[in-house]
Amino acid sequence: MSDVKRHFDEFHPGLIKELRAVAMGEALVISPGDLRLVALALKKDLGFDMLIDIAAVDFKGKAEPRFEVDYFFYNLARKTRVHIKVPVASSDKPEVDSITDLYPAANWAEREIWDMMGIIVNGHPNLRRILMWTGFEGHPLRKDYPINKRQPIPVLDVNLIPERGKHS
Amino acid sequence: MPVVQDLIDQDQGLFGDAILTTRVDDVVNWGRKYSLWPMPYGTACCAIEFMGAVSAAFDISRFGAEVVRFSPRQSDLLLVMGTINYKQAPVLKKIYEQMCEPKWVIAVGACASSGGFYDNYNVIQGIDEVIPVNIYVPGCPPRPEQILDAVVKLQKSLSPKTEALSGE
Repeated sequence: MSDVKRHFDEFHPGLIKELRAVAMGEALVISPGDLRLVALALKKDLGFDMLIDIAAVDFKGKAEPRFEVDYFFYNLARKTRVHIKVPVASSDKPEVDSITDLYPAANWAEREIWDMMGIIVNGHPNLRRILMWTGFEGHPLRKDYPINKRQPIPVLDVNLIPERGKHS
Repeated sequence: MPVVQDLIDQDQGLFGDAILTTRVDDVVNWGRKYSLWPMPYGTACCAIEFMGAVSAAFDISRFGAEVVRFSPRQSDLLLVMGTINYKQAPVLKKIYEQMCEPKWVIAVGACASSGGFYDNYNVIQGIDEVIPVNIYVPGCPPRPEQILDAVVKLQKSLSPKTEALSGE
């Protein structure tokens, strides 16, 4: 982690806002506008060629800003990890930039943080729900989603038995 | 027909035990009773218990329900084993609708019966929200003996002199 911090301090001074201690090591805190630059530098300069996961956190009533998006990268050659924290500026309309063009693995992970947390991912090629069904209202992992809320059971919108001679 | 009845009345010895009078429904149900063809709809650990119930140690064929079919059109007993979520509920309903009459449903385990401990936004609280259920089996997961017990209970409900517990 200190290598990564040193690289950014040398080539992109001021990009890393904070080095925060987390449960498994340290995390680099950056601002949302710098996400794509950081991801590009991690991929091209520092050899972090694999995106492990993207996670979103809702700190409603506990911290400001309310939402945070976490990115986990892995360097396959050197077997090192880096954890990037992106506090999302706006609580009403949380937005981050897509990194799907840099890391294709981000595609579904970004759809998931949209589906579950309602984080808008700008520039995503296909920002649809991934886990909940079409027609679901709201984002169920937000802290203000009512725990007892149940939505109508969806109806099947596909024909399970394809017509003879047709393949979808 | 009166001729036959007269013959029986006149001389019991002519046909002896070779003829007995009954209702067609009773005979048909008696035949169905020991040839239930189950279709497993397994989504969770209860399906593993069903594998145990089918295999040598517990051997569901002792009770005449061993012809497991993986097509709803060839089976008359739907065994729903596992958690059914909102996105899957319409698929389950479609599969139930594809089964020919008469048909019966056993909800195996806490999740299929009541949602289990998944009292949340994405799990339906018992499959009876979607399809009719004849027998509920408790347990998380139930023992294979409990699945056998459910089959025996269903067979008893099909016995002559008992109204068939049809799902409709």
